[in-house]
Amino acid sequence: MRWTDEGVVLATRRHGERALVVEVLTAGHGRHAGLVRGGQGPKLRVLYQTGSRVALTWSARLADHLGTFAGELLFGHAARFIDDRGRLACLAAAAALTATTLPEREPHPRVYTGMSALLDALDRNEGYAACYVRLELDLLAELGYGLDLSRCAATGTREGLTHVSPKSGQAVSAPAAAPYRERLLPLPHFLLDAAEAPNCAAILAGLKLTGFFLDRRVFHPHGRKMPAARSRFVDVLRRTATLSAERIESA
Amino acid sequence: MLELDRLILLLSKLPGLGPRSARRAALFLLKRRESLMEPLAAALAETAAKVQPCSLCGNLDTADPCAICRDPRRDQGMICIVEDMADLWAIERSASYNGLYHVLGGTLSALDGIGPEDLRIEALVARVEKTKAREAILAMNATVEGQTTAHYILDRLAETGVKVTRLAHGVPVGGELDYLDDGTLSAALAARKLLTPD
Repeated sequence: MRWTDEGVVLATRRHGERALVVEVLTAGHGRHAGLVRGGQGPKLRVLYQTGSRVALTWSARLADHLGTFAGELLFGHAARFIDDRGRLACLAAAAALTATTLPEREPHPRVYTGMSALLDALDRNEGYAACYVRLELDLLAELGYGLDLSRCAATGTREGLTHVSPKSGQAVSAPAAAPYRERLLPLPHFLLDAAEAPNCAAILAGLKLTGFFLDRRVFHPHGRKMPAARSRFVDVLRRTATLSAERIESA
Repeated sequence: MLELDRLILLLSKLPGLGPRSARRAALFLLKRRESLMEPLAAALAETAAKVQPCSLCGNLDTADPCAICRDPRRDQGMICIVEDMADLWAIERSASYNGLYHVLGGTLSALDGIGPEDLRIEALVARVEKTKAREAILAMNATVEGQTTAHYILDRLAETGVKVTRLAHGVPVGGELDYLDDGTLSAALAARKLLTPD
């Protein structure tokens, strides 16, 4: 068995003294693990860093086997922003969430595209938080728990959607949401309009929305908790929001 | 030969040794009973009985606090924070640092379930507050996990008011630019140094 694909490194763990078990998200083979012989050595350690984009060849005697990876670095994303707390926290959260939610060896091109868009945004340092929220929406959709943000659950209208029902995961328009406002989740407008650049408060509202469904539908039924890396990313964003609010007040 | 089998089994658990090389090591030891095997057994027993982690910094030593923490010639106002003992030994080998250390015992890892409570971060914050340290040096590995841990510690130390620095990332001594990976090069460019006076 042998295939070649492009992938993004999600996680690594040591195996013995020299080898690494590497988990990658590939375009055509989904989340896939493989053994990298000599992966703990100085040459290969650079290659298999979380977020690195690599060209991979996986080979094994049988399809069920763990198999081995041979790779070549295409782009070392993390190295570009290893000193930037926000971007590093975002990358760690995306990698941890993808590694803990996606089933193995099932292609999910939508998540791969979302992850690639996020890595590019992280690289440019532009709109990466919005890309991250969209990646979480893509993950929910690929896992079978997609939110329907196209029309109002009560009236069917496509205009003025402001909330999401925590039960059905469907959007609700402002007039229909009015009596139940406390029980509904706010829907930030940037999730309806891809061209919109959201502020920090809208990003946090988006994360609250996706976090609610991820926890309730993906993690809680299996008795698991959301990865700590995600909470750290949310904390970093909250702190940034507080700092910018303080700056505006003092100005 | 139950004893010999047990020795081979235990030796085979050492890093770098498998069952075959453990058998060779056992035979080698048996041939040098007085000169090597007995002193080795005594050294192992003594180390197991006496060496403990230092309650202040986490370094391994026979005394608590360890020799580094007790040394009055060391700068007591500087604390270098490292992931594990191997990093502490590496910095000591360089003989370029004369302050104290704090061994965390690993890095934050979402997949391995290692959170802040599993590392010696609370002890670090308490130590910095108590000793009124002047500077904390974050000497974590230049990996995503290492730097995520560094950012977390930076946040935790913010409330203590200590000056926090980190090791530089860039071109290693003897490194040729042509052979460096893109990430190291961009980190080196970002952290470039002014050579001419302003």
